[in-house]
Amino acid sequence: MRLLFTVILAASLSLSGCAGTQQKTLYDKLGGEAGVDKIVTHLVQNIGRDQQVFHYFAEANVKRFKKHLAWHLCDISDGPCDYTGDSMKQIHDGMQINERDFNHLVDLLIDAMYKADVSHRVQNQLLARLVPLRQDIIYR
Amino acid sequence: MWKKLCILLPLLAPLSIEAADGKLIATPGVSQIEGAAGGGLVPWAQLAGYASRDEIAVNAFASRGSVDDYSLDVFGAQLNLYDRLELSIAEQEFKVDALNLNIRQRVLGSKLRLYGDIVYSRWPQLSVGLQYKQLDDALVANLLGAEDDSGTDYYIAASKLHLGAIGGLNWLWNVTGRYTEANQIGLLGFGADGEGYEWMLEASTAVLFGRHLAVGVEYRQKPDNLGPKEQDWKSAFVAWMPNKYVNLTAGYIDLGEIAGSDDQDGLYFSIMGTF
Repeated sequence: MRLLFTVILAASLSLSGCAGTQQKTLYDKLGGEAGVDKIVTHLVQNIGRDQQVFHYFAEANVKRFKKHLAWHLCDISDGPCDYTGDSMKQIHDGMQINERDFNHLVDLLIDAMYKADVSHRVQNQLLARLVPLRQDIIYR
Repeated sequence: MWKKLCILLPLLAPLSIEAADGKLIATPGVSQIEGAAGGGLVPWAQLAGYASRDEIAVNAFASRGSVDDYSLDVFGAQLNLYDRLELSIAEQEFKVDALNLNIRQRVLGSKLRLYGDIVYSRWPQLSVGLQYKQLDDALVANLLGAEDDSGTDYYIAASKLHLGAIGGLNWLWNVTGRYTEANQIGLLGFGADGEGYEWMLEASTAVLFGRHLAVGVEYRQKPDNLGPKEQDWKSAFVAWMPNKYVNLTAGYIDLGEIAGSDDQDGLYFSIMGTF
């Protein structure tokens, strides 16, 4: 019991140690511009096939949406971009996105990251950056 | 117990058409032995199942813990209303091998989410709950000097999942304070002469390896009201969530001394279906 706990703790510390020595930004780990574009493309495909959330995007200009999403992801993952597009609040005001649909979209994003060959650990790091945005997106 | 589950599951099946799935997989935890959403021994701040604010979730579970001289079978269900209120029921059957005797207890629980979301809110999710416990037969409890054959535990729980916190892996912790006078979770009655309610500390932590596998440990402080010594409980567990409809848990449990038999340790298994 104590042994198991020690092993889990030791493993945790060594894993975080590895991550600490890396100089790469999260953007680099996502595969840079090509990697982010891949994630965005798969996400848009997932949304296009999804009955639950597609209606939120039905009116959207796909080309512009992809460009702005990639721009935003680049900024948020410490890439060489400075997102100056509409704020999350401006984009989602009046859309009345509920918690269930928001969380479903997160599942679609995770699936898109798998399809873009983003590792589980890097996926979690990107999700952690996106978490604070939720309050500007749902029930608006 | 399995028979009961087989009868119950088909009744719930029609609900799965509108299955609640508004949470990240694995984040609601599993069922604990008194029927609340939790980690096996400890009730967590999360409510059972994948219901978001817009959904209802219904879950059923069955668990078995076997240690050297005893075993505990639990069968129960939870209703999660809009990620705000959890109502639960658990039927416990505690087998005392040496006396060829079964002690049965029913636990009715409710848990109210006060604040937050384990993943998304800035501060930990916070819930309060109660567990009303009623023994079927007070014989053993009375013999050992317990005062009552029913009682209520009150608890407050805080829980948080940190995304990518440990080398990119998700890390979860939960701390629960329980106000109780239950002897061996109530199976040996409630209170004793000169003993009353006390605050007990319970804690859990787990690391998620991938989206479907959690490995963790739990600690549950216990009162010590009766003549026969009662000790704190510990566990280490592995939980597997292949999808949002079912999860399986296996663990090692160390329950210390129970009713005069010391070093009670063994294995724990649990299965939970969520709709």
